[in-house]
Amino acid sequence: MTTLTLVRRIKARPQLVFDAVTTAQGIAQWWGPDAGPVLVAESDARVGGRYRVRFRMLDATEHESSGEFLEIVRPERVVMSWRWKGGVEDPGESRVEITLKPVPEGTELTFVHSQLHDEETRRSHEGGWTGSLDKLQALFAVVSAAQ
Amino acid sequence: MVNYKVRLDRTFRALVDPTRRAILAQLERRDGASISQLAKPFKIALPAVMKHLDVLADAGLVTRSKSGRTVTVRLRPQPMREAMEWLRRYERFWSSSLDRLTAYAESKEAEARRHGR
Repeated sequence: MTTLTLVRRIKARPQLVFDAVTTAQGIAQWWGPDAGPVLVAESDARVGGRYRVRFRMLDATEHESSGEFLEIVRPERVVMSWRWKGGVEDPGESRVEITLKPVPEGTELTFVHSQLHDEETRRSHEGGWTGSLDKLQALFAVVSAAQ
Repeated sequence: MVNYKVRLDRTFRALVDPTRRAILAQLERRDGASISQLAKPFKIALPAVMKHLDVLADAGLVTRSKSGRTVTVRLRPQPMREAMEWLRRYERFWSSSLDRLTAYAESKEAEARRHGR
């Protein structure tokens, strides 16, 4: 929960993956959880530059996230801040770190989204419930395992 | 969408209380229990347990069925699954996005190779 880490092996050279991650044209092709369209993609890929992505999901809801590039080492590493825009989804700022490592078949991409836990905990307290999220998750795990 | 949010609120509000979580944990271990069976481990009065069961039932986390003088309480895990999905939304979001990124970068690589780069 504290950190989400995902790894993908991609049959493409690191430069191409890097461009797909950092250019507006690239971002427009993949950002979002389903096949819904990216409506706005802006990216000023240099340290201190900002990006903004707005997409529509297949359920017709629209979502926007934006942030700042904190580190850029082409074609190895991108670190950016990340937040949802507005509404109940806005959980404050978190950090996205993408590291690209050349491997024989192309690129190994390691994705890390961190600082989620503290934020969720804070929000959960704001929402008026004081229970620990870990306990909840333990309970969920028990219930899902039972199914 | 509104219904979804209301449901999530109810689920989390129901789950915040340790007694209610303990009741759910008990129900998870057995298929159906009477109210007095559920009340046994707690140092609280039966009416207080009934109130907790009201909250759990409003959230759709338990069902109650009456047969004669006995009320049987059963676990209904669907709302918890929904809450779990909510907790895991980042994972779903990024996992699908990275799948799409992978497909896109691989198509760019194939294109670059076709052009002899």
